[in-house]
Amino acid sequence: MSALSALVKEKNKTGSNRGVNDFSITVATVNGSGSQTSNLTILRAIFKMGIPVSGKNLFPSNIQGQPTWYTIRVSKDGFLARREEQEIVVAMNPATFLRDLQGVLPGGAFYYADDIRYPIDRQDIVTYPMPVKQITKDSGAPSNLRDYVANMVYVGVLSQLLGIDLEKVHQALSFHFKGKTKPIELNYGVIQAAFEWSSANLVKHDPYRVEEMDATNDYVMADGNTAAALGSIYGGVQFVSWYPITPASSLAESLNEYLPLLRKDPEEPGKNTFAVVQAEDELAAIGMAVGAGWSGLRAMTSTSGPGLSLMTEYAGLAYFAEVPLVIWDVARVGPSTGLPTRTAQGDLTFIYYMGHGDTQQIILLPGSVHECFEFGWQAFDIAERMQMPVFVLSDLDLGMNNWMIPPFEYPDTPIDRGKTIWEDDLEELHGKWGRYKDIDGDGIPYRTVPGNRHVDAAYFARGTGHSPEAQYSEDPQVWHDNLERLKLKYHTSRQYMPKPAIESMPDAKFGIIAFGSTETAIEEARHQMAEENIPTDFMRLRAIPFTDEVEAFIQDHQCIYVVELNRDGQLTQILRAEFPDYASRFVPIAYTDGLSLTAQRVREMILAEME
Amino acid sequence: MSEQMNITGQRVQVNLAGLTKADYKGNPSTLCQGCGHNSIASQIIAAAYEMDVVPERVVKFSGIGCSSKSPFYFLNRSFGFNGLHGRMPSLATGALFGDTNLRGIGVSGDGDTASIGMGQFKHILRRNLRMVYIVENNGVYGLTKGQFSATAEVGLTLKSQGTNRYMPIDIAWEALVGRATFVARSFAGDPKQVKELIKAALSHNGIAVLDIISPCVTFNNQDTAMHSYQWGKEHEEALHELAFVPPAEEIMVEYEQGEAIEVTMHDGSAVILKKLDRDYDPTDRTEAMRILEEANRDQLLITGLLYIDTSQPSLTELYNLPETALNRLSPDRIRPPRETIKQVNELMF
Repeated sequence: MSALSALVKEKNKTGSNRGVNDFSITVATVNGSGSQTSNLTILRAIFKMGIPVSGKNLFPSNIQGQPTWYTIRVSKDGFLARREEQEIVVAMNPATFLRDLQGVLPGGAFYYADDIRYPIDRQDIVTYPMPVKQITKDSGAPSNLRDYVANMVYVGVLSQLLGIDLEKVHQALSFHFKGKTKPIELNYGVIQAAFEWSSANLVKHDPYRVEEMDATNDYVMADGNTAAALGSIYGGVQFVSWYPITPASSLAESLNEYLPLLRKDPEEPGKNTFAVVQAEDELAAIGMAVGAGWSGLRAMTSTSGPGLSLMTEYAGLAYFAEVPLVIWDVARVGPSTGLPTRTAQGDLTFIYYMGHGDTQQIILLPGSVHECFEFGWQAFDIAERMQMPVFVLSDLDLGMNNWMIPPFEYPDTPIDRGKTIWEDDLEELHGKWGRYKDIDGDGIPYRTVPGNRHVDAAYFARGTGHSPEAQYSEDPQVWHDNLERLKLKYHTSRQYMPKPAIESMPDAKFGIIAFGSTETAIEEARHQMAEENIPTDFMRLRAIPFTDEVEAFIQDHQCIYVVELNRDGQLTQILRAEFPDYASRFVPIAYTDGLSLTAQRVREMILAEME
Repeated sequence: MSEQMNITGQRVQVNLAGLTKADYKGNPSTLCQGCGHNSIASQIIAAAYEMDVVPERVVKFSGIGCSSKSPFYFLNRSFGFNGLHGRMPSLATGALFGDTNLRGIGVSGDGDTASIGMGQFKHILRRNLRMVYIVENNGVYGLTKGQFSATAEVGLTLKSQGTNRYMPIDIAWEALVGRATFVARSFAGDPKQVKELIKAALSHNGIAVLDIISPCVTFNNQDTAMHSYQWGKEHEEALHELAFVPPAEEIMVEYEQGEAIEVTMHDGSAVILKKLDRDYDPTDRTEAMRILEEANRDQLLITGLLYIDTSQPSLTELYNLPETALNRLSPDRIRPPRETIKQVNELMF
């Protein structure tokens, strides 16, 4: 059980009334209609009421007019993964109305805009028609803005029928509109009007409601892309090059937002200690980052699958020429355009081997928004220490959805610039220096960067074969030795990798291995299985290459289910390749459909395999 | 320039940087004997020496191809990075943010720039990165043994390749259209002009494109080929006679009123363009494009400084960077102080 769910269990004294603080809401709207603001407002208001909550946006690759859904999970027990079923559905989109109607669990509630005139053929649910147009009009909203605020009607009606505190709703709006009175009051006016209309006209017949708790006081709400940007800023990022791509764009945009705020130069006031360049494509984005990393800057780029494909050649060169840089992959569903607005863990093997020839790349695997921040700064230390690209593999679910997380923590280790030497160091070495010489026996050479004025500092970086002194070489022995040194270097990197997170239960029947955003679903599934007398151990990997703890966990378990959000069991493939002696222990539990994983799916797939 | 004793007691010529010409050398060239690229490398060495450039203040970049090997043949004391095919511009863009006091010299070829690298070429122009961008243009892929490049003329017949069907790309024209702030065309067979143009380019505060016809003696040097020595010699028409005058040096070049144009560069140096057969104003982009069209029509190799605009800021000047080089900033200047983390958490919901 996570710290969060344990905490919630402890704090939850509100009893186990069915329907209180334990249900899911799905809101079906048309994209481009302002529904994101409405949904975030509900999510944030519930969060401010102290109730554990999560929100997931299922949106189309489109700007306006296509169906979009938003699911909110309220869970007093702190389980925040998506669920397969929903107790409450809000139907605002005629195009998906009938399908949305069928999605309500028996006994659930169906809220709908009353101008959508389809027969409602279900007797097992409670229905609440909402005169959306009338309420919007009556709220006094100017006619040209009504379309944009109409979705606030369901915020008001839900607030009234679920018991969401209007004061918290106001706080949420205030945050969203950054304190700007006009939009806050315009939207709040609609919410109030809908709330009042609901009090006067609707009678509650379903059991679902919220009650104030105090389980979220120690949390903040943020998305992974913002966290990644902030973490990078604390990691001292100096150069960012990027190209727009869903779902990674908001990472670079957050850098643009927060860098000026947080990186005021203490020595030369008013100056920027960073530069952000929007490149012409991903080929250039990574090229610039490689150039900057080579010249001694903490450099990064952020992208998603298609961009990653274009970055491959430079990633291979950076590995071979030993250039530090950080590459964020906020994964979406591929191959090709795939499902650009849906989530997956489909890039793992691609990154692992990224580059032609023999390459092995370092990959950090954040499992939470909190870790997006942490790995945001750690990635630079590892990249510069190892003189290698470091990939950070996030995904759309982490990157773009809002999650409740413990507050960000200041880095607990000083900045590590690795083995970079300057004029004084070279003076001491009396010119006895070779860019690719392994002095310390760890495979990591010493490096200089452009601008170093020492007469022995310069070297010529290249993708062609090179000697320890960085001279061009086609000598078979030189090639062989260099590639072996790179392998040793990769091995050395294990000691700098974040260790896996391991959670054990007494008498565990088997182990589960996973990485990334699937953690919440797996935690919940483990909880359910434990209640069915199937206790489990769980190791969430946080980096590749694997640390010693990973092997120990594998040794300790005869049967290990490897849960991942892809078709082919990519992590299983890597584990089998890395631990061939234990290859038969790994059972892939791999599934992908564009949506985030649910506990139900995890549990059912594992149980099916067990039979 | 002055004389100094070297360690073996010989008298050697040194420049104002206290360096001999040998200090600007590179490794021995492995390109073909007579390759235009070798001549250009020699002129880079001569220009840097004569300009008293400190080699540690230069960074060399290249893509892939014969041209892209050449940074290895000059300025051994400068950092260099031989990157990917067509992607030298992005590499240089990132690298030159590391320390904005550095000068970039990028060497590319017609394949590297006009085919695979056209996108990055165009975008480095609009960003006006302070760098000399030399295209060693020979109309042919040398390292892969003689295929047509995108600058080869229609009708060019090459051994085992047949006859070229497609229209050529004019790199200088592309540079002008792309709003490059310094565009020149030259000819490896005219080393004096090449050298003066390199000096001017090194003084330019922005992207300086030198499209240098640099014959490939192995694969494309038939007398009738437009990238050959013979054709160049017969058809070159220089727009002007160039003389570079370093900063704080008195202009000694003699010319009559109205017989030359003087362009003052960002660093106080000057380029004197002495009139030859025609009046030519290199600050007029339209005129530059017109003269390229005319040269194309008349089958002339027009050389010289086609266009210059010294008023535009270079890329890194747009970023409000500190005096201290970014790559020398201490950790406390790149990690926000501890107390800010509280603010950050308060900014979240």
